[in-house]
Amino acid sequence: MAPMATIEQVYRKRKPKAFAAQRRPSSFEVWSWFFMRISGLLLVWLVLIHLYIMHLIGSGVERVDFAFVSQRWNSVGWKTFDWLMLVLALLHGANGVRVVIEDYVRSPRANTVVKATLYTLTGVLMVMGTAVIVTFPPGT
Amino acid sequence: MQVTLRVQRFNPEHDTDPHFESYTIDADAMDRILDCLHQVKWYRDSSLALRRSCAHGICGSDAMVINGVNALACKVLVKDVKQPITVEPIRGLPLTKDLVVDMDPFFSGYLAVKPWLIADDAEPEPERERIQSAAERERFDDTTKCILCAACTTSCPIFWSDQEYVGPAAIVGAHRFIFDSRDAGGRERIEILSGKNGAFKCRTAFNCTAACPRGIEVTKAIQEVKQAALFGSF
Repeated sequence: MAPMATIEQVYRKRKPKAFAAQRRPSSFEVWSWFFMRISGLLLVWLVLIHLYIMHLIGSGVERVDFAFVSQRWNSVGWKTFDWLMLVLALLHGANGVRVVIEDYVRSPRANTVVKATLYTLTGVLMVMGTAVIVTFPPGT
Repeated sequence: MQVTLRVQRFNPEHDTDPHFESYTIDADAMDRILDCLHQVKWYRDSSLALRRSCAHGICGSDAMVINGVNALACKVLVKDVKQPITVEPIRGLPLTKDLVVDMDPFFSGYLAVKPWLIADDAEPEPERERIQSAAERERFDDTTKCILCAACTTSCPIFWSDQEYVGPAAIVGAHRFIFDSRDAGGRERIEILSGKNGAFKCRTAFNCTAACPRGIEVTKAIQEVKQAALFGSF
């Protein structure tokens, strides 16, 4: 008589997907979760300061024109501030949407397509934003 | 007193969709919902299908949705719920018949985290029991209380949308061993729970903590597993 299969063997055969995580151990989800916490904490302050400067001081958003931006971006500090906000907000938002896609877009094909679109869009926005900040001519 | 029950019925041989049927029965305010269901099954309609074993809150067989809330039918009293009392099967698992669901996705999630003692191969097999201090035992006391009723996992909105998620009960089962000083499989389990369908799918909705009939702080246990994965502290 063949030895009896263990419960684990039976389930492995019937529900192989439940054991999928064991085949390729990866800590990506761990670090993406941690990144969301840290970037969230930083963004709270970056966005509050941004709102205060752009919308509350003086006549608020009314006074924001090319001269205002070029004067502000004369300083490497503000360029860094705005770039940090761009990168963190984009990655934080994109990762949030990725998580929602993993939950609700169940067909593997659609999942890949939707995620590819998301990553492309994020990449394009990141490059465009970075290019504007980096190539902005100082002293104009 | 008269009690009206609205019970979800589904017979896969005749029905395409589940429907509700009402039963008005005699019951005491101190009767449990399970007693009411027995009244129906034993004296009114024996075709009603439900799961129950011990009927005393330990076996974990009779988790169901009572007035929209996951609970054990053997632990909810008639006096504590509004009438008519609506009874539905737990959500997110394939419906088999009436109040019975297919528990396979639930148990495969549980088994995926290897909920058994993994001994350290480098250490010699002890002649008697594996010694543990009271403080070491206390560390995972809360998660030893799980009775695998699935009330937590089937209250989780993430599990509703994706049954590949191992679910809160599986993470509770993993927590029970990860933080056990006698167990050497912590890293293995953390690796499994760091995957796509593991602990990081939890969005702290807290439904599981509210649903647990054993009062386990499920969300807290999940967060502790996440911390362990991040800092390697276990």
